[in-house]
Amino acid sequence: MYEITVKTFSAPIIRKNEILRFAKVKHPTEDILSLLDEVIGLCENELEYKVCFAVLPLKIKENLCDFSCFSLKSKNLSENLSSSKEAVVFAATLGAKIDRLINKYSRISPSKALLIDAFATERIEALCDEFTGSLNFKTSPRFSAGYGDLKIENQKEIFAFLNPSKHIGLTLNESLTMSPSKSVTAFMGIV
Amino acid sequence: MNFREFLKENIVLFDGGMGTLLQQRGLKAGQLPERMNITERDVITEIHTAYFDAGSNVVTANTFGASSLKFSDDELEEIIKAAIENVKEAAQKSVSYAEKFVALDIGPLGRLLKPLGDLDFEEAVKIFAKTVTLGEKYGADLIIIETMNDSYETKAAVLAAKENSNLPIVVTNAYGEDKKLMTGASPATMAVMLSSLDVDMIGANCSLGPKELYDVIRDLLKYSKKPVVFQPNAGLPMVKDGQTVFNITAKEFASSVCDLVDKGVRGVGGCCGTTPEYIAELRKGIIDKKPKPVLKKNYTAVTSYTNTVFFGDSPLLIGERINPTGKKRFKEALKNGDMDYILNEGVLQQEKGAHILDVNVGLPEIDEEKMLVSAVKELQAVTDLPLQIDTSDFLALESALRIYNGKPLINSVNGKKESMDAVFPLVKKYGGTVIALTLDENGIPKTSEERVSIAEKILNEAQKYGIDKTDIVFDTLALTVSAENDAAVHTLNALKTIKEKLGCHTSLGVSNVSFGLPNRDTVNSTFFALALNNGLSAAIMNPFSVAMMNTYYSFKVLSGQDQNCSDYINNCGNSDTNNDIKTEELTLESAIIKGFKDKAGEITKELLKSENPLDIVNLKIIPALNEVGVAYEEKRAYLPSLLISAEAAKSAFEVIKSTIKSENNENKGKIVIATVKGDIHDIGKNILKLLLENYGFSVVDLGKDVAPEKVLEAVIEHKAKIVGLSALMTTTVPFMEETVKLIHQKVKDCVVMVGGAVLTQEYADSIGADKYAKDALEGVRYAESII
Repeated sequence: MYEITVKTFSAPIIRKNEILRFAKVKHPTEDILSLLDEVIGLCENELEYKVCFAVLPLKIKENLCDFSCFSLKSKNLSENLSSSKEAVVFAATLGAKIDRLINKYSRISPSKALLIDAFATERIEALCDEFTGSLNFKTSPRFSAGYGDLKIENQKEIFAFLNPSKHIGLTLNESLTMSPSKSVTAFMGIV
Repeated sequence: MNFREFLKENIVLFDGGMGTLLQQRGLKAGQLPERMNITERDVITEIHTAYFDAGSNVVTANTFGASSLKFSDDELEEIIKAAIENVKEAAQKSVSYAEKFVALDIGPLGRLLKPLGDLDFEEAVKIFAKTVTLGEKYGADLIIIETMNDSYETKAAVLAAKENSNLPIVVTNAYGEDKKLMTGASPATMAVMLSSLDVDMIGANCSLGPKELYDVIRDLLKYSKKPVVFQPNAGLPMVKDGQTVFNITAKEFASSVCDLVDKGVRGVGGCCGTTPEYIAELRKGIIDKKPKPVLKKNYTAVTSYTNTVFFGDSPLLIGERINPTGKKRFKEALKNGDMDYILNEGVLQQEKGAHILDVNVGLPEIDEEKMLVSAVKELQAVTDLPLQIDTSDFLALESALRIYNGKPLINSVNGKKESMDAVFPLVKKYGGTVIALTLDENGIPKTSEERVSIAEKILNEAQKYGIDKTDIVFDTLALTVSAENDAAVHTLNALKTIKEKLGCHTSLGVSNVSFGLPNRDTVNSTFFALALNNGLSAAIMNPFSVAMMNTYYSFKVLSGQDQNCSDYINNCGNSDTNNDIKTEELTLESAIIKGFKDKAGEITKELLKSENPLDIVNLKIIPALNEVGVAYEEKRAYLPSLLISAEAAKSAFEVIKSTIKSENNENKGKIVIATVKGDIHDIGKNILKLLLENYGFSVVDLGKDVAPEKVLEAVIEHKAKIVGLSALMTTTVPFMEETVKLIHQKVKDCVVMVGGAVLTQEYADSIGADKYAKDALEGVRYAESII
């Protein structure tokens, strides 16, 4: 039996330069910066920081990563996990409220929507970093379905195993996108 | 004895956790536990028997995830049949003498409903309906809808249960640490909404332990008109030796839960981590307790998907702006399906202080049912205010009530038999609070006495349907004083009598009173003050009217409802905030370039007094937009700046559109845009829309997750020359290809441009698109080159 653990984090420190990078703004004007502050104010209380994860044993043979309860065929993932005997599989989400905000502002003020979207992207990245930092072991870089030859279809296996809809309210759509959208699933090798 | 009879006289003991026990018996993560009903019958029956032996009155069949999303129809039927038989067998085997019932268990589908996810509401209802039908067929005594973390999915399951069986319905939601559902609903909101949907029990389960959920249960007890049920986890999970365990013992669990029985909880049980031992302790705890009656709740309330608005605490403002009557620009938006305009009206009214939004989209030329459903769906995606569904078309009303996420305000019923026969069954089925107009077959009576007697007739009729008077709000009809001098007096008298004698809340469309008079705002706001003083609970009004808002805030101060006068002072502050930029220093061009949205509108209004609208567009707005556009193209400005300017330009265009006659407003041609099937993110597409409109194109926006056939339909209907498609995911690009091919096959002279995060020039070429636009501005330049 592999336990699935749920963790809730408090808000990681906001990195404005990262948000601007996601918004593709190199040299922000005063207007953009004040809009960004407004947007951060709108969103801050609309976020949750939730992760569910499991630590699984790992055997790699001929590009097949065998996590004992399921296995995935991928050369790139095998390379990424090659030095590990165990791996972490996790799902992280910022929750549904931020999606509603993005949706709302994309209808009434695309400039705000764009910055909210960039802010949320920075937040989910920050959450993943926070989660990785909270583990008491070192890990290889995150690797997600859709990277390299690890097909996005593999989200189905990941979701069947982690059952994140139950643990953190994260669901998989028919198109294999996730809802809430500001979410990540990934593998990391324990090194 | 059936479950409903048992519930009347008893505290109901439910069962405890299933998942943890199955895992101990070999279920692995990723496996579907429902199959064990067939493959491991003995194991399942043994667990059920242990719960019955521990004293459970209700044991839930192992059907939590049994839906047609996970199983074929044949397997689903087999599973539900076996699952219910297992509980029945356990009931027979059990040594307990307690009354026993079999519950069909319905958990979340594991998919989020639109607009957050991709599952359509009606599709969800259909999926639940299959499970419900089979549950009733194989002999379940009741239905438990549990662990739902979304109000909308909860409603879909409840509707499916109501429409496909007569079984009692128990609903328990999973509240998070913030005491809300994952999608935002508070316990009060769920209690109000589910009471109105007329389920049999309302409660909380899973997610946390009994102590952490204490406040949730307190709120449910406060607002639920139905018995409350509580099935928490065995405390909080901890990992111990690589295993998840829960942190409170059976005794501690039972003691916390039973404390709430003393406060009125009528059903108890457990969720994750609880075992037959916990249930046995609960049994000991409740055995000597007498069931407390459900207290009568006298509130009148409506809800959105998150919030509840109560009548009576303080006067409510119902924003009237989403209504085409007398509004040329609104009519034009409806005819063009310009939903963004309608959404904007909603959001702005919320910003001005409205508590509820009236939604009326009736226009002879449009399909009202379709438009109302679409407006309600879109509005509830962008606002958390409750909606007032305003239509005289009963079909449109029913369709809108179905898909409404919450307990709506319904506008309206009246004393005519035809109206009551049509509206009351809908209120009963879908839930809602209804505005009742005091008129009948003989029209609007002149005197207040006659209006009150119609109100009494309406109350009597409602009672026949089991609709409580708290769910009826009377509108005593404000008539035009210029036509009849004492019209307002009668209205106000009727209002007062209904409030005092019948004990009901009241509402008025305030603005009617001043028709035909000069300086209407003054008459309206004075009438509003008089009505408030006579006990008016809610006004349907224009939140943009400064006079009305001033009256509202003054009334609150004078009637002692505004502590420290803070709302009043805030309101005064708002009307003074013409920020620090002086209009005279700004030109329209610089307002647009700097992105001052409000200023751009104001200056345009001024300019229209002396200048030709077309000149304003061609000599001021477009050059300003071009300047920002060029800066963006030359990488001197970034996308947010371009968009801020585009939004300012849009507000200038809005002023022009609402001022000039539509024939002068001929634009360049129609462009159909959509995010392709499967894709539910559409910022990019909305950015393109904003810019295209700025440059004078008329845009038909089909939204997101749009099937290829729908795009084709729109292209043909609007004779569009250009289609813009966006896709975000590699998995949805095939739908983009399908759409491109379909359009090229069926329509001559229509080009397709594509864009989106995953697209490249090569990809666009390979799927046969006519143009790959790397950003929205390139899309605009391309459109200009075609039309």
